[in-house]
Amino acid sequence: MKSTDDVSANLATRSIDSSAPNSVASRVFKPKSSAKGLSGKMKHRIETAFWWILSISIFAGIWEFCWYIGWADPLLMPPPHIFLSNLSEQFKFFDRGNIVGSEQTGASFFGVLSVLLWTTMRVVAGLGIGFVLGVATGLLNRYNPIFGNLTLPTITLLAPISPVAWLPVAIFLFGIGNMPAIFMVFVAVYFIIVLATLNQIDSVPVSYIQVARIMGATKRQIYTRVILPSILPGLFMTLRLNLFAAWMVVLIAEAVGVGSGLGQIVMLARNTFNSSLVFFSMTLIGLLGFMLDQLLRIVQKRLLWWIDQEGRK
Amino acid sequence: MAVPAISCKQVSKVWNPEGSSPLLAIDELSFEVPRGEFVVLLGPSGCGKSTLLYMIAGLLPVTSGTIECDKLLVTGPSSERGMIFQEASLFPWLTLSDNVTFGLGLQGRGPEYRRNAASKIMKKVGLGDMLDKRPDELSGGMRQRVAVARALAMRPTVLMMDEPFAALDVQTRAKMQDFLLQIWRDSGASIVLVTHSIDEAISLADRIIVFTSRPGRVKKIIPVDLERPRNSRDPAFHALQDELFDLMAEEVDRAFADQQLSETGSHSV
Repeated sequence: MKSTDDVSANLATRSIDSSAPNSVASRVFKPKSSAKGLSGKMKHRIETAFWWILSISIFAGIWEFCWYIGWADPLLMPPPHIFLSNLSEQFKFFDRGNIVGSEQTGASFFGVLSVLLWTTMRVVAGLGIGFVLGVATGLLNRYNPIFGNLTLPTITLLAPISPVAWLPVAIFLFGIGNMPAIFMVFVAVYFIIVLATLNQIDSVPVSYIQVARIMGATKRQIYTRVILPSILPGLFMTLRLNLFAAWMVVLIAEAVGVGSGLGQIVMLARNTFNSSLVFFSMTLIGLLGFMLDQLLRIVQKRLLWWIDQEGRK
Repeated sequence: MAVPAISCKQVSKVWNPEGSSPLLAIDELSFEVPRGEFVVLLGPSGCGKSTLLYMIAGLLPVTSGTIECDKLLVTGPSSERGMIFQEASLFPWLTLSDNVTFGLGLQGRGPEYRRNAASKIMKKVGLGDMLDKRPDELSGGMRQRVAVARALAMRPTVLMMDEPFAALDVQTRAKMQDFLLQIWRDSGASIVLVTHSIDEAISLADRIIVFTSRPGRVKKIIPVDLERPRNSRDPAFHALQDELFDLMAEEVDRAFADQQLSETGSHSV
């Protein structure tokens, strides 16, 4: 009986204490970064890293366990310690020359790097061209209603066509090489960005435009100085969400129509029944995709400095 | 007689004039604002007082009648007429300095000129050390002061305000009214302010123009001859409060009666 009384008394004091600056409650609810400065930020990073490592370890651990008890056939589903063990064997499939289906004799890390760079270049080029032209088309659509009436129906009709369906067209137009892959990434983002731009323009606060008009802004000035900066944050978010779609599309394009790149290697691995290579290249695809997203995040932070990335107010 | 800063002659506004149910918002309304005067447009919500302000600003076209500023017909917005909205609507992608001189930038002024202008005007509104802050770092009252600074940067002869303090709390509101009177005295501009607050109207105005409920007409023009700063405990202040309250109550009653009439009307059809 006495112990329960103790507990409730304890709870009571604690709830009173929670108004004090150092109590448990105030520590929990305080934003981590602002109050403690660098050390708090550092602590937050370590915490994040901890969860990342734990999450990946559990995933890999389950896989390894399945292999250990014999559920996962090492020929079909080789666990990480197998497909990551013989790197030089894997590296030789990564040719520096950007040539279809060639194998390199002197396996090196630079081969892997050059393949990754080729793939990244295609994604970045396609995304960049798609974003700029998409935003430009959207702006022009609203700026000039006749242009809008002429183009919008076609754009609306083309938008739902899957980029993969464009693959033959890409090859008809550009043959084999970098261009079809870039074109496919472009298609994957362009239409989405055009429609998102229209949507964003329509939701620019009327008061922004009135403020500009009151101060004598011309139509052109309203578009370049008010509408464009106010739609960019939303569009950049759309771009980031569509990065992964672009990333998938480039692999398909590479598998079919381009000389080198990760997609080509996955295809090669499939054709030669090299399951280790399949999983090794999948690992690279995942890592690179993640890094690209981080890169876009940094660009977003630099370019759109007025938007608080962490949602802090 | 001197040229009035603003002169409205038989101004009407019809919403949706070609459509199936045109709506008369403002009906042949006429009044003048002498140079340097502080005029408050007071009326129940929906009486068209904000619409009139937008028409004077040149943001909305009139359906009939004319609006002149300094004998010039209003056909569109002009930097002569500054406007302050209910929300400060500062651009979040610009620093306060760039926000305040946005209009000067539109005129092609260089960065140095703009910077100097910004620091002068921001000092005037009491935010001289905040040039490089971002709008979202400010409180509501401060943001509205920046909006005032932004309007002043264009050196307007008329300053229009559409319920500029409605979104602020009571204490901030009182402070902002004092601030506004000071700005008005310093700048020498005429001010047309729209509000539905009787106390705000009496505290600020040289003249109060009371609107009828829809369609908006001038119900009564009431000069306020009290010494500034005005004290709300002054008996004369009270007398004005009572008078305006009765005028407003009549209009609100009428609006309600009309509404009920049209509702029963639509039921019977």
